[in-house]
Amino acid sequence: MTLILHEFDVADALLASQTAYSAGELSIDAEALTKELKHQDPRIKDVRFTVVHPGESTRILCVKDALAPMCKAKGVQLGAGISHCLNNLAVVTCGPIVAFQEGIIDMSGPGAAYSPFASLILLVVEISVASITPHQHEETVRHAGMYVAEALAKTTINQHPDQVQEIVWGESDGDPSLPRVAYLSLQLSQGLLHDNYLRRTVDSYGVNVKQELPSVIDPRLVLDGGLVSGNCVSACDKTTTYHHQKNPVILELLAGQGIRWNFVGMVLSHVPTRLAEKRQAAKTAVDMLRELNAEGVVVTKEGFGNPDADMMMIIRWLEQAGVKTVAISDEFAGPEGDSQSLADATPEADALVSTGNANQRIKLPPMRKVIGPLPDVARLAGGYPHSLHHDGALEIELQAIVGATNQLGYSFLSCREV
Amino acid sequence: MSPRTKVIHYENQFFAGIGGEEQANVPPLWIDGPMGPGQLISQIKPQFDVVATVAAGDNYMAEDLSHRSQEVVSLIEQRIASDHELKPDLIVAGPAFNAGRYGMACAAVCQAVQQRLKIPAVTALYPENPAVENYRSQIVIVRSEASVLGMRAAMQDMLNVGRKLMEGELILPDADHTIARGIRHNYFATSNGASRALNMLMRKIAGEAYASEYAMPTFDRVPPAPPIADLTQASIAVVTSGGIVPRGNPDHIESASASRFGAYSLVGLDQISSESHCSVHGGYDTTYANEDPNRVLPIGSLRELESEGKFGHLYETYFATVGNATAVRRAVQFGREIAALLVNAGVQAVILTST
Repeated sequence: MTLILHEFDVADALLASQTAYSAGELSIDAEALTKELKHQDPRIKDVRFTVVHPGESTRILCVKDALAPMCKAKGVQLGAGISHCLNNLAVVTCGPIVAFQEGIIDMSGPGAAYSPFASLILLVVEISVASITPHQHEETVRHAGMYVAEALAKTTINQHPDQVQEIVWGESDGDPSLPRVAYLSLQLSQGLLHDNYLRRTVDSYGVNVKQELPSVIDPRLVLDGGLVSGNCVSACDKTTTYHHQKNPVILELLAGQGIRWNFVGMVLSHVPTRLAEKRQAAKTAVDMLRELNAEGVVVTKEGFGNPDADMMMIIRWLEQAGVKTVAISDEFAGPEGDSQSLADATPEADALVSTGNANQRIKLPPMRKVIGPLPDVARLAGGYPHSLHHDGALEIELQAIVGATNQLGYSFLSCREV
Repeated sequence: MSPRTKVIHYENQFFAGIGGEEQANVPPLWIDGPMGPGQLISQIKPQFDVVATVAAGDNYMAEDLSHRSQEVVSLIEQRIASDHELKPDLIVAGPAFNAGRYGMACAAVCQAVQQRLKIPAVTALYPENPAVENYRSQIVIVRSEASVLGMRAAMQDMLNVGRKLMEGELILPDADHTIARGIRHNYFATSNGASRALNMLMRKIAGEAYASEYAMPTFDRVPPAPPIADLTQASIAVVTSGGIVPRGNPDHIESASASRFGAYSLVGLDQISSESHCSVHGGYDTTYANEDPNRVLPIGSLRELESEGKFGHLYETYFATVGNATAVRRAVQFGREIAALLVNAGVQAVILTST
């Protein structure tokens, strides 16, 4: 079983009278897509599409999720068959679902360095809905994002790709002299809009991960769009769907497979809310990793505070079982950087990679174009009552920037003691 | 030609050549030009001029450190006021190596100078000098040897660090030989987090040295207080980090990284409702808390238990903040302040509700 990715590089994208891909140029028919979305989901009142480019003086507010356009060209199972994907472009869904919990992307200026999406062409999809509950609203936006991302990728069917990648994994036992390394990825699954969805086939919108996890999983399922973010959590360390599709730990593990290590498997687990459930999930995940005979495990998480407890418990139990761990986490060290950074700790967590202090403040100069509801900024997680200045400048914590301190280790930001 | 850098050097009575232990009680003195080790400064950095040495006795300083370090600053301030040419670009104190009294004096002077005069200051201490623990978060301390054998190296490092401070550059403990200040500072690494994690894991598996990017903090574990002997007489308060505030959020508590807590009256309230209260928390879905804020701050149930005589009475003020991405240091401060208010008010027990 292999997964073959046909990659198409997008040089430019524009709104046009049809949705099509030709020689690097992606045209998007906003009117037709709006019609399709409204037909799919009558809860949608209106949709507004905007194409945004890197370097533009543009600020996008209330970003809920970002997705890489992907579709299946052969097969229905995710993680196998042939998939098409568009490079250099992401679909960004927007909408004020729950006050405070959607993020910012600046396409230029000092904020751009902190968001991986500032260097991509973005199709911003602003979705307004009929009066529905926040949970229905979240679902509407999630499904719409998936629909648009797939529709864009489908324009490449029967076209010749720029690159073809064959992702092979788990076919042989590997070189026995190399260390056996596994990956444990913890997903938020706390209910109340802190949820992720696992899909195994292309025709499914997915099921809430808490129904299936922990579970040993084919890492290619994740790269093929098997995990969809349904989170309304602080933007800095929300794992967007895009981050899942480009999971840097999986990509690194696959790149060094058979050369530096044997990538023996991936366990997907979750972060429940109750202590007994946390213990149960942690214990099961640890047992699965031990069954894989892993000598070392990389642990990643999503969110902060309460998920720190799950991560620390897992690290403690793995280390006690003789399995070496390295964990990736962001920090909340206060705006001055003078506080301890985590909500829980264990002496066994002696190898941590930091993806930055999310409390650090940043001043974002005014932008010529603003997409989304500007007055909501003061209420964003990471905003302050005085966040919005008269000239449109913003003073916020990095927390409010989408992907700033992503805990899969996607970006280069780190933190050190001075 | 580059402009000259003016330095004032702080020393104790011994290094300034005033005398030994018998002179340890001398109050701060102004001496024009460099004295003793201060002469190294222009030798090491020819563009640096020591305009004056300020010297004081070890015991004089140690007896009342906070006031007497201010005295040193006042002396400098007076001299600058009478001759602006003397205004220094940098204050260098010590090195004090592992000397206890001298180390405390150097550190206190540095702190007072940077606070009152807004002039950069640097000292050099042996890492085990007791002044390090007290001052390392507030001032820049160069790591020195334990004894005067390390004089030249310490002076050199202090001057390099001093130049960086004057130019507002970031001081990096490893490169600049300073004692880490416990301040977490963001920077862009040369590879992404995933790649750093796997490199670290490979070293750890192979038993090779590696540097964790964040050392585990020590948590302050508080043992639970003994149970209340007679609940029927107890005054009980309720405190929440779930962000429940009167509608309109009168104290403007932030949805994350809260900088304050609020104190709100419960007088005359049998319960709270979606009309009177709401949650401003940005870390959880507040739909259900906003439908009925008693779900997070259970005033309704507490009033019922109170009227049934299950406990004495509900303290008529509740405290609220937002526990979302709020740094532990701030949370500790809120906790101390709220606890002090409750203890003063004679409250015997507190129900803490979180989210």
